[in-house]
Amino acid sequence: MKIKNIFTYCFISSLFLFSLICIWKILVTLQGIELANFNFNKLFTFGIVLCLINLLIGKKLNLNIKITILALLFSIFDYFISINLPIWYSFGIFLISLFFFNNIKDYDKNFLSKNHSSQKLFFNFLTLFGITLFSFVILFPFYMMLITSFKTQALLLLNPLDFSINFARGLPELFKSYFVVFKDYNFGRYMLTSTIVSLGTVIITLIFAIPAAYAVARLNFFGKNFLSTSILIIYLFPAIVLVIPLYTIFSQLGLRNSIEGLLIVYTATTLPVAIYMLQGYFKSIPKELEEAGIIDGQNWLGIIFKIILPLSLPAISSVALYVFMIAWNEFLFSLMFLDRPNTFTLSRAIQFLNVGAETPRQYLMAGSVVVTLPILIIFVYFEKYLVSGLTAGSVKG
Amino acid sequence: MSSKLAKIEKRTAYLLILPSVFLVFSIILFPIFSNIWISFKNVELKDLRIPEPRAKKLVKSIKDNPNQIKIIYKLRNSSLTQEITNVKFKDKYPNNIEPTNLDKRCLFKSNLLKCELGNWPKKYRENLEIVFQNTKNKEILKNEIKSYKPKLSGKSQNILLTYEFTLNNFKKVINDKAFIDLLSTTFYYTFFGTIGAIVFGILAAQMVNQKFFGRTFMRSVLLFPYVAPVVALAYTWELLLDPTSGTLNNLLINYQIIDGPINLLGQKYVTLNILGFDFKLRLALTTVIIFEIWRYFPLAFLFILARLQAVPKELYEAADVDGANPIQKFLNITLPQILAVISILFMIRFIWNFNKFEDIFLLTGGASGTRTLPINVYQQGFSIGDIGMGSAVSIVIVVFLLIFMFIYFKLLGKRADEN
Repeated sequence: MKIKNIFTYCFISSLFLFSLICIWKILVTLQGIELANFNFNKLFTFGIVLCLINLLIGKKLNLNIKITILALLFSIFDYFISINLPIWYSFGIFLISLFFFNNIKDYDKNFLSKNHSSQKLFFNFLTLFGITLFSFVILFPFYMMLITSFKTQALLLLNPLDFSINFARGLPELFKSYFVVFKDYNFGRYMLTSTIVSLGTVIITLIFAIPAAYAVARLNFFGKNFLSTSILIIYLFPAIVLVIPLYTIFSQLGLRNSIEGLLIVYTATTLPVAIYMLQGYFKSIPKELEEAGIIDGQNWLGIIFKIILPLSLPAISSVALYVFMIAWNEFLFSLMFLDRPNTFTLSRAIQFLNVGAETPRQYLMAGSVVVTLPILIIFVYFEKYLVSGLTAGSVKG
Repeated sequence: MSSKLAKIEKRTAYLLILPSVFLVFSIILFPIFSNIWISFKNVELKDLRIPEPRAKKLVKSIKDNPNQIKIIYKLRNSSLTQEITNVKFKDKYPNNIEPTNLDKRCLFKSNLLKCELGNWPKKYRENLEIVFQNTKNKEILKNEIKSYKPKLSGKSQNILLTYEFTLNNFKKVINDKAFIDLLSTTFYYTFFGTIGAIVFGILAAQMVNQKFFGRTFMRSVLLFPYVAPVVALAYTWELLLDPTSGTLNNLLINYQIIDGPINLLGQKYVTLNILGFDFKLRLALTTVIIFEIWRYFPLAFLFILARLQAVPKELYEAADVDGANPIQKFLNITLPQILAVISILFMIRFIWNFNKFEDIFLLTGGASGTRTLPINVYQQGFSIGDIGMGSAVSIVIVVFLLIFMFIYFKLLGKRADEN
């Protein structure tokens, strides 16, 4: 066993423990509690001591008992050096140290005498720390969006770092911003428009894309190769180069400020990727099934409806969900084409709220929650389909 | 027989693809080509309204004479810039009245009035007054007269369809002093946004590729920024970074990391002192790039994770036997395996970041040194109102895009050959 290895083990482990505790302390400050300092010296030294004890005990004690004892020791130590903190804070410290000691429970003298043990240790901790940090960085803005929507203007100004929910205010008070957004800012209507536009886009896209994808996947015709390569090329053209001509044409045709106009544009922009994704899947369906259908006297439509469609439901659902997501989140075209509030989609309405100067930000965030929540729920619920849609359609973004 | 079948097959195929091809052609390809047309024209936002002849109908009774009624048409050309030629006017009246003083340009025939009003120059206005006489002994009903709406028609030149072309838009784009700055901002944003997203994607994929509790949940969470609507996210970040009441600034001040608030989205430059040298960092642009990375690394993560899970386990086991350390394993096994994905990912992300509009528009609106080419399209076309200029900038984007696409498909072809 090398002294160097023990040293790096103690140092890295304790540092990791301290970083976890730091994240917890920052989160605690955001709940409206004031912390004097992080106590780096004391906690770090005590962490090193505990890591050494862990090493010495090794596997002589039941591992579960070992980690519980060590975690308890650490939490009690922290409780005594930081005074006047609520019990849930110490409980959090206890859980974190439990998690930490659970991760180092297997390290003993034997492990440290192996090759590269310190590097392995380092990367293990780096991974754990990375996961915590990534989740924090990603989830924090979402958390902030939600919390801000529950506040009032006065509370927001009083302490911008207070991220707690005060349930004592009562539910109607908490959800006040949502009532205002739906009642005074007409968000019910915008939500309906967004839903109609997104669902409409999905349906029309599928109606156009399924036959076309079938033709590209199965039938022989002149210009087929040209068509399938141009699908990809067309898909790479961004909305920003289409915006000016479409704006001029739509203004002259009177299609601006209409849901029909949006539907046409959304369908056209999502069609290439829908065809691209579907034809890939159609190609994987065995040809024999269709030949059997032809022998049974089915025509092309019959084959598509009775054989291809039922077999490719998973692919169609991924396309549908992906197209729904694009249409729901779309912003540029709705910004360009809609300038009358009675035709707004949710995204456009939120932008309008923000531009309209003095909108209190809890309303803005309530609106943001209203537009974000449906798509996140759909995503978590249908994750499998949407992820395959995202992967296939990810040339765009 | 077989040739007949082939013919049917061909016909069916064309029938099936025609609707899609037509739609995509008219909404995507046609606009791209009309960009070229518009970019050579001097068109402004206000020219887009087609000039219309308009008439407002006023019905007035005449004092002391219940048998007569006066109808005034307030005629005008809606356009302030263009003339309307060959204006025609049509209106209908109840059966019991007849005009007494008919204008020379008009003709009255069985309760229909038709007028040829000739050419109207821009801003043209005229009041057409006609007095009507009661012919039968029925009462004149004002409301009935009002219920008929006059119909006007006329020909006007559509500025988009004329054959007058100019090179001024392109001259202005190229000679603009800010053009070099615009290009460098765009490339800076695109390049660092792409690299950052890929680096963080690799890190996240490496982490999630190991077994730990809550791994599937973690994978969903990592995709949140990519799935959520950009509007909501951009405004949340704006609040987060706000100099006076934003969380980040308050947190940093609270822990005495910075002395005063930093306006991360509104300050163009910040001077950093590293090892005694002063560096000028473009602050707002960097913030926007960080947002970009935050939003799009999930995509890189998704791709790289899929590739990592396909790397054979035996390779790592063999490396363990050889006594390789984790860094060596990453550099010699993982990296070569994911290099192909990374290069394709780089091209795709590069193309899309190059065209990214919403993120910057919502965060800074293109202010404080974050104006990229797509933002410029919007500003020229809609803020300044010069449609022709906006189109010219679009053309610049398309040209760059074609170059990138050429490289991308070359790369894709090369990969296909290798497999």
